[in-house]
Amino acid sequence: MTTFNLNGQTRTLSVDTDTPLLWALRDTIGLTGTKYGCGQALCGACTVWIDGQPARSCSTTLADVAGKSVTTIEGVAGRVAEAVQNAWTKLDVPQCGYCQSGQVMAAIALLNANKKPSDADIDAALSGNICRCATYQRIRSAVHEAAKTLA
Amino acid sequence: MLTKLMSSLPAPRASRRGFLLGASAVAGGLVIGFRPAGTAAQTAGAARALTGYIRIGADNTVTILSAHLDMGQGIYHGIATLTNEELRADWSQIKVEGGSGNPRVFGNVLWGGAIQGTGGSTGLASSYDRYRQAGAAARHMLVAAAADEWSVPAGQITVENGVIRHGAKQATFGALAERAARQPVPANVKLKDAKDWTYIGKDIDVLARHDSRQKVNGQQLYTIDVKLPGLLTAVMIHPPLFGATVKSFDAAKAKGMPGVVDVVQVPRGIAVVAEGMWPALKARDAVSVVWDESKAEKRSSDALIKDYRALALQPGQAVAANTGNVEQGLRGAARVLEATFTFPYLAHAALEPLNAVARIENGRVDVWGGHQMPDIYQAISAQIAGVTPDKVTMHVMKTGGGFGRRAVVDGDIIAEAVSVSRAVGGRPVKVQWTRENDMRGGRYRPAYVHHLKAGLDKEGNVTAWYNHIVGQSIIAGTPFEAGYVTNGVDTTSVEGAQKLPYAFPNMKVDLTTTQVGVPVLWWRAVGSTHTAYAVEAFMDELAEAAGKDPIQFRLGLMKDHPRQAAVLRLAADKAGWDKPAPAGRFRGVALAESFNTFVAQIAEVSVVNGQPKVHRVICAIDCGVAVNPDNIRAQVEGGIGFGLGAVLRSQLTLKEGAVVEGNFDGYEVLRLDDMPEVETHIMPSTEKPTGVGEPGVPPIGPAVANALYQATKRRLRVLPFTAAENA
Repeated sequence: MTTFNLNGQTRTLSVDTDTPLLWALRDTIGLTGTKYGCGQALCGACTVWIDGQPARSCSTTLADVAGKSVTTIEGVAGRVAEAVQNAWTKLDVPQCGYCQSGQVMAAIALLNANKKPSDADIDAALSGNICRCATYQRIRSAVHEAAKTLA
Repeated sequence: MLTKLMSSLPAPRASRRGFLLGASAVAGGLVIGFRPAGTAAQTAGAARALTGYIRIGADNTVTILSAHLDMGQGIYHGIATLTNEELRADWSQIKVEGGSGNPRVFGNVLWGGAIQGTGGSTGLASSYDRYRQAGAAARHMLVAAAADEWSVPAGQITVENGVIRHGAKQATFGALAERAARQPVPANVKLKDAKDWTYIGKDIDVLARHDSRQKVNGQQLYTIDVKLPGLLTAVMIHPPLFGATVKSFDAAKAKGMPGVVDVVQVPRGIAVVAEGMWPALKARDAVSVVWDESKAEKRSSDALIKDYRALALQPGQAVAANTGNVEQGLRGAARVLEATFTFPYLAHAALEPLNAVARIENGRVDVWGGHQMPDIYQAISAQIAGVTPDKVTMHVMKTGGGFGRRAVVDGDIIAEAVSVSRAVGGRPVKVQWTRENDMRGGRYRPAYVHHLKAGLDKEGNVTAWYNHIVGQSIIAGTPFEAGYVTNGVDTTSVEGAQKLPYAFPNMKVDLTTTQVGVPVLWWRAVGSTHTAYAVEAFMDELAEAAGKDPIQFRLGLMKDHPRQAAVLRLAADKAGWDKPAPAGRFRGVALAESFNTFVAQIAEVSVVNGQPKVHRVICAIDCGVAVNPDNIRAQVEGGIGFGLGAVLRSQLTLKEGAVVEGNFDGYEVLRLDDMPEVETHIMPSTEKPTGVGEPGVPPIGPAVANALYQATKRRLRVLPFTAAENA
C-alpha cells in the first residue's frame, strides 16, 4: 500500500511498492499523459513533479513517493502552466507530440524557478528531454515567449 | 508469402483518370468518397456506408478522413488545409481522423493507387487534387441542397466559415447535410485558381494546427494510450541474434507471478502477457529461453565494414549509372582524387517504442496502431486470425514518431499483436516493446561504404566521376522488389548518387549489394542519408582541389538544373556567402534533391574544446506550392536536427551479431543543447507540391562536415563524427 498526493488528491494504491510511478500512473490510475520512452531516465518523456521538482517517473518507485505530492501533465494549472502551454500552442511546437508532456513539465518547472531564463539556462534545464522530431528550436523560442508573457 | 499477401488484397488501380467522387447519406449526414469510374452514382437515400474523405454530420461536425498516417509530419494539417480551401467550413468544426480499409479511396496516388500507405514524402502530393476535389464536391452539394430548400438560384448562394447563406437566409452544414447527400454528385468540380486561395500558402496565424493543444496538455492519444475493457499488456522476448529462433523456453516461474496471464510463444519470440506493463516486465526476467542460433547472423559490424571497404575497391556487381567513359576520363585527368566514406547502421529510435493493440472477437479483428501501410497489415492480421480481410478493422492512431520504422512489409509489430491476442483466446492485448526491444529489434538504416574517384583537368574541370556503393538492399525480398530493383540495382541504395544535378562528361555509379542477416529498412530520407553525404562532401574536396569556391564550382556544373541552382543561390544569398563568416565561425554548403524536393543548406560552425558546434543553418527549399509554410519550416528544422544528431553521434554496432546499444545512453541522438538556429527560406513556386517530411535531412551532414573542414582541415569520412576512427 502506498499513499501519496496526486494532482491535489490523496490516492492509495495497493500494487507492489516497487512499481515504477510511471506504470502506476498509466496502468493503475489510467492517467496516460505521462509517456514511456526509455525506462532508464535517459529521455525525459515521463517527467512529472515530485514535491514540485521535475523527476523521471520511470525510475521512481511508488515507495519513493509515499507521503509526497506528485503532479502530472493532467494536474498542472496556474499562470505559468498556462503561459507555457499557450506559447507551445502559439508556436506550434509539437510535431508528433509524444515527448511534449515531459517538455512542458520541465519548462514550467524551469520558469517557476527562473523567471527569465537565458538560452544556456534552457539548455541546462531541458537537454535531458529528448525530442526525436527535433522541435528544439521552437521549444527554446516557446520558453522565451512564455517568459515574456509572464514578465 | 508476402507477394501472396499483397495479391490477395482488393487492389484496384485508382488512377487519376478513374477518379470520380461518390456520395451517400449516412445517419442524417453526408459522406464524400470515391467510386470507381463507370459505376452508377448511388441512388438517393441509399444508406450504404461509403468510406469517404469527408463526413459531415447532422451535428455539424466535419470529419476529414486522412489517407496518410500522421507521425508528426503534419499531414493531417495539410489535408485539412487542402480540403477546406474548397469546402469553406469553419476551421474549428473540422477534425481529422485516420482513414483505412478501402484502397479505392485511400490508395496512395503516387504509388499507383492500389494500396494505402505513407512514405517517400508523398502524402501531400497524393492528396493535393483529391482532397480539394472532395471539398469542392461537398460544398457544391451543400449549395445545391440550400438552393432546393430555399428555391433560389445556386449561383447566388455563398459559403464561408461553415455558414451557407442567401440574403437573410442561412444554414449550417449540419442542417443541410442530409439533403445534400441526396443531390447528384458533380461530375466535374472546378477548383479555385491559386490567386483566390485564402488558406493554401498562408501562415500559422491563418490556420492553427488542430492537435497542438492536445499535444501540450497530455490529451493526445497514441497507441500506447489505447484503453479497452479487459486490455492486457504483453512484453516480448526477442532472439538475441538476428535469425535465431526459439528452441525451448521455461515460463513456469513467470506464470506463477502476480498479474501474469500467460507466457506464449509466437513466431517472433516469447510474449509475456500480464495485467499491466510492470507485472509483465517483472515476469519477463523470470522466463528462460534456449535459442537455436545455428542460422543466426554472427558477424560484428567492424568486420562487416572491413569487408565492405575491400569490396568497394573492387569493380561493382551491378551498374546503376554509366555515361561516357569513366576509365578514359580518369586517364586523361591532370589529377585524380579518391575518398572512401563509411556509414554505420542507424536506428529510427522514435520516442514511442513500437506497439500495437489487437483483439479478436466474434469473428472480427480490430488492430490499433501507427498503421503506415494499413492494407498490408490488414491482410497480415486476417491471415494470422484466420478470417478474411474484410473482417479486420485497422484503427489508425497518431504515433510518437516514425521516421520509416512503422512501414514494414511483414508488419512485425502488427503480426506480434494479433498472434499474441490469438494465443490468449482473442482477448485484447497491447504488445509494447521496451526501448531495448525497439533499439535491438533490427530494421536499421543499412551500413554502407562508398568509394569515390574523380578526375580534374588542369583548369579544374571534372573529367570523370565514379562512385561505388556497397551495402545491403532494403527492397530485396519484399513485394516492392519488382518495382524498385532493376538489373540488380535497388533504387533505394543509389538514389541521390545515381542522378546528379552536375554535368560530368563521364560518370559511373556501381553497386555491390551485400548479404547480411541484419534486417534493414528505410530511415527518414532513405538512400540520400548516405549518398548525399558522400557526393556533397566529395564535391567539396573537388572544389578545393580545383581552387574554386564550392558554390561557384557547383553552379558551373548545373546549367540544366535550374531549380537546384536556384535554391543554392537563395541559400548563398541569405547566408551572406559573399561576405566572410563571423569571427571564429566557418561555413560549409551542401545541396540535395530527394523525393523531388530541392534543398540547399549552409551550416555555420565552430570548434570549441575540440568539439564541433553547429550554430546556425540557412536552408533554402523548393517543394513546389508551399501549402503550409510553417509546417514546411517545422519539417526542415526537424529534419536538420534529426540528420545532425545522426552525423554527430549515432551509430548502431554489432558484436558477434548482437546489437550493442540498447538505449539512449549508447545510442546517442540530438539533444536541445546541440540544436542550431535554423533559418528556412521557401522558394516561391507554382509547381505541384512535393514532400517535406524527409528532404530536410540529407544536406545537413555534408554541410556541417564541409564547414568543419574549413575549421580543422580534416575531412570527416567516417560517420558518426564521434567514431573511434576519427579520434
